[in-house]
Amino acid sequence: MLLIPCPWCGPRDEPEFTYGGEPAVRPGPAADISDAQWGGYLYMRGNDKGPHREIWCHSFGCGQWFVLERDTVTHAIFSARKP
Amino acid sequence: MTARRLDAAGVIDRARALQFSWDGRPLTGFVGDTLASALLANNVRIVGRSFKYHRPRGIFGAWAEEPNAIVDVENGDSQEPDARATVVELREGMAARGVNARPDVAHDRYAAIDWLHRFLPAGFYYKTFFPDWHRYEPRIRAMAGLGRVATTPDARRFETRSAACDLLVVGAGAAGLAAARAASGAGLSVILADDRIAPGGSLRWRDGMIDDQPAAAWAAATAEALAAQGVRVMPHTTVFGAYDHTTFGLLERRSTAAVGWSEDRLWHVRARRAVLATGAIERPLVFPDNDRPGVMSADAVLQYLRLYAVLPGTRAVVATNNDSAYAVAVALRLAGAEVTIAEARADIPPAARAAFDRDIRVLAGSTVLGVIGRDGVRMVDLGPADARSAREATLRVAADLVAISGGWSPAVHLHSQSGGKLRWDAATAAFVPVAPRPDHDLAGGADLAAALVSGHEAGCAAARMLDRACTLAPPRAEPTAPQAAPRALWRVPIRGARQWVDLQNDVTTRDIALAARENYSSVEHLKRYTTLGMATDQGKTSNVNGLAVLAEETGRAIAEVGTTTFRPPYTPVTLGAVAGMRHGALYSPWRRLPAHAEHVALDADMRDYGSWFRPACYPRTGETVPQAIRREAMAVRGGVGVFDGSSLGKIMVCGADAAQFLNIVYYTEIANLKPGHIRYALLLRETGVVQDDGVVARLAPDRYLLSPSSSHTQSVLAHLEAWRQTECPTLRVAMHDVTAAWATFVVAGPRSRDILAPLTDIDLSPSALPHMALSQGRICGVAGRIARVSFSGERSYEVSVRSGYAVAMWRRLLQAGTAHGITPYGVESASLLRAEKGYILIGVDTDGLTLPGDLGMSSPLRTKQVDFVGRRSLLMPDARRPDRRQFIGLLPEDASDVPAVGAHAVTRGQDGRLRSIGWVTSACHSPALDRSIALGMVERGRGLAQAGAELELFHLGRVSRARACPPMFYDPAGTRLHD
Ligand SMILES: [Zn+2]
Repeated sequence: MLLIPCPWCGPRDEPEFTYGGEPAVRPGPAADISDAQWGGYLYMRGNDKGPHREIWCHSFGCGQWFVLERDTVTHAIFSARKP
Repeated sequence: MTARRLDAAGVIDRARALQFSWDGRPLTGFVGDTLASALLANNVRIVGRSFKYHRPRGIFGAWAEEPNAIVDVENGDSQEPDARATVVELREGMAARGVNARPDVAHDRYAAIDWLHRFLPAGFYYKTFFPDWHRYEPRIRAMAGLGRVATTPDARRFETRSAACDLLVVGAGAAGLAAARAASGAGLSVILADDRIAPGGSLRWRDGMIDDQPAAAWAAATAEALAAQGVRVMPHTTVFGAYDHTTFGLLERRSTAAVGWSEDRLWHVRARRAVLATGAIERPLVFPDNDRPGVMSADAVLQYLRLYAVLPGTRAVVATNNDSAYAVAVALRLAGAEVTIAEARADIPPAARAAFDRDIRVLAGSTVLGVIGRDGVRMVDLGPADARSAREATLRVAADLVAISGGWSPAVHLHSQSGGKLRWDAATAAFVPVAPRPDHDLAGGADLAAALVSGHEAGCAAARMLDRACTLAPPRAEPTAPQAAPRALWRVPIRGARQWVDLQNDVTTRDIALAARENYSSVEHLKRYTTLGMATDQGKTSNVNGLAVLAEETGRAIAEVGTTTFRPPYTPVTLGAVAGMRHGALYSPWRRLPAHAEHVALDADMRDYGSWFRPACYPRTGETVPQAIRREAMAVRGGVGVFDGSSLGKIMVCGADAAQFLNIVYYTEIANLKPGHIRYALLLRETGVVQDDGVVARLAPDRYLLSPSSSHTQSVLAHLEAWRQTECPTLRVAMHDVTAAWATFVVAGPRSRDILAPLTDIDLSPSALPHMALSQGRICGVAGRIARVSFSGERSYEVSVRSGYAVAMWRRLLQAGTAHGITPYGVESASLLRAEKGYILIGVDTDGLTLPGDLGMSSPLRTKQVDFVGRRSLLMPDARRPDRRQFIGLLPEDASDVPAVGAHAVTRGQDGRLRSIGWVTSACHSPALDRSIALGMVERGRGLAQAGAELELFHLGRVSRARACPPMFYDPAGTRLHD
């Protein structure tokens, strides 16, 4: 069970959080986006081994989304910061 | 074997006898016994039948390492299948039974299977029964498997708990106690967990002096002192898993004496650091017929002697390759047994001196070459440890006990689970843990003085890492002579004889050799092919011997072969403890309506609707549920009904930019909605899929009230919050869930206005409050809202007041409606009314592929200028495919036949095969039309509906016919809504 440092609340147990995956920047405006670009935004993720940027929500706490840097192999957490 | 209880002390309480039974036979034990020690004390030799060959098996170990003694245990009205008798505390009235045998383990009619062993090598089932496994499976399954699972509910209660500490010390032996003592002395908060019934580890049965006290007394006193100074000492608690970020899973088995509210408890412990002082497990020696009842782990023999005052046999052979068994031999001799020692090492070690002092015969360079006695050891053949034939035996001794020690394997399970590495140490013939995680320290050792120092230093290291200073001196033990190196002896090199490596899974050295010949040379493959190291003991006694034999067979070094992956749990975990209190009514606690008691008083048929406990309908005496639904629906169409809609979600969205925000997150145009008005709106995911529908009411220019579906409120709020925070952080908008604050009652039907008008100061005339409008005012004297929306197709008012008024308002509405025949109606009736109108239910009529266009709602895509959520996805080629499934109505040819939900609409392709083009999503008998109706999603459905096409419906082999039509069966013009 991870111990996640919520930037607002401090360290809390993993079950209080919701995983949001790799952050994807929404491209726009829609009219200028190709189908391939949009498909990439929706579905393509790096799924990196090692250091990984991801977003989490402290759902059962302050309810805030934030960016977490975590190693997907060791599960070590390097940083959590407010957006 | 003639085992018996001695007069010696031990931990049992002889003043308190316990009656229990074994395979129906009444027996007596004492408080403090394990089931295994009580069985041994009663000279029960056969406690099980082996998994594959049905060979008789006796007790081998004394605790979690036990491979043989798997039994079903009944305590009053609770049952535990496949319990290991060595870890079961004896209780009054306990009924234990052997498993995997008919009629019982002493007389097993499947014993003949052992004669067929030549035809049952590793991989037998794979080779013989595939690919036609399904034909043999029922017979094989009937014979396989061990305990019987109870069919009645388990009466035991379990709970889960959480705890945090600076330091978790795993293991309360010499090293663990020293570590906890040092850390607690330095001011750390400490949890000390040990899987045995009392703390002390091997100090409880091995000799030694610590700080001038006998080791066992020192252990008891230290544990007591630690508890007194605030250490949470948890005996009988197995740390079964090491997880991320210094979290551990603990299973606490509460003892008979201490049992209170619950039995097993599952603990999640979050520590800042951990000391792993988990000790070591004795390995067996491997020799022909080493599975006979009476062949036991030497250390286990010592435990039965010292803890439970049980002498497992009177004529013992002690076979060893290391020094630790000499103490066992001496203890056996002192207890009155005849003892012969077979020492595998050519040189007699200094430790043998204690044996010579007791006139015990020691045969150097010897081991066991054979065991005679099918149901228990009778005679033992001894001979050279490197014998290549059983004929090389030099001595046959009469014996009823063979105590064996093949060396010690450190219990590295938690270390390895958390990613720690192992190193093969040739000097001690063991895998030793190295490079622990940075938050773990390791402690322990075979030498008592060294173990104490190592534990103390680990405790001090933890204190230093947490900025505390250690001030205590370490506990002192008398220095002992260095131990002689063990002889690595993995099996006797006799060909042909069956030598067991894994007793629990009936894996012999021949099976491993066969696997190696068939190229299963990876240890992970070996495990899966032969089942070596699987099941309840997870190879605690067999893994190292198994991979050493594999190394010999493949000509590799043991280090090169490596170990299999260690995964939690270390020992089996009671599933009840994992569930804790989360079962039955507490599994997913029901949300109750604020007027819940009123519905119960009306004998409503209450059901579970996605966490809400709501009335399905209100059957009258003598009325069936379908009759009640029909009556309620007809009352709404012909008169007036009242529905408790309090569970409908209510999300308040406020702020200067609320309109702009909602216009982005909703598919439907929201910005031009006027205050006091309501709009039906769809919410999409970014993939364009319809996530929810509901109405949006604008209460004021900067205030909106959203009504998502009852069971989607939380997910909708989370979705909106995610968009607000991540994509619209600059918009001034805030939202919260106010569902529980409001009670909402729907008064629906042609006479609804007649009932409500006298109760409120709100003008209900169609011009003042038309369909899809809302007004605030007073109802029955309290502040509230009336919204004119309808899910029934009738004129309908949603009356909302503070939830504290729910009961009073419900009663007033019923009272006011009495003269008009007001009828309470439930969820099922409401659902029938909406089906007649063709209103969709998200998640029922739609699925994870449904786009708004499939539902016939495509105008926002054409007209809305904003890049709303999901917009771009609706322009993708897949969204524009002409053959998408579309929402339509279906009128069955047989008006009395209600099609099954899930029935497929089928066409016959050019190859003559049936192809599904969609399915029925809702179906019922419509009272208003007096015929069956259905809704469904069908390819190119709108075209089919326009043409009134005939479709074939296929369900479980049955074919029926239905006509496609627009999804609106009742009052298509909507005149009743606007009336
Ligand atoms: Zn937080």
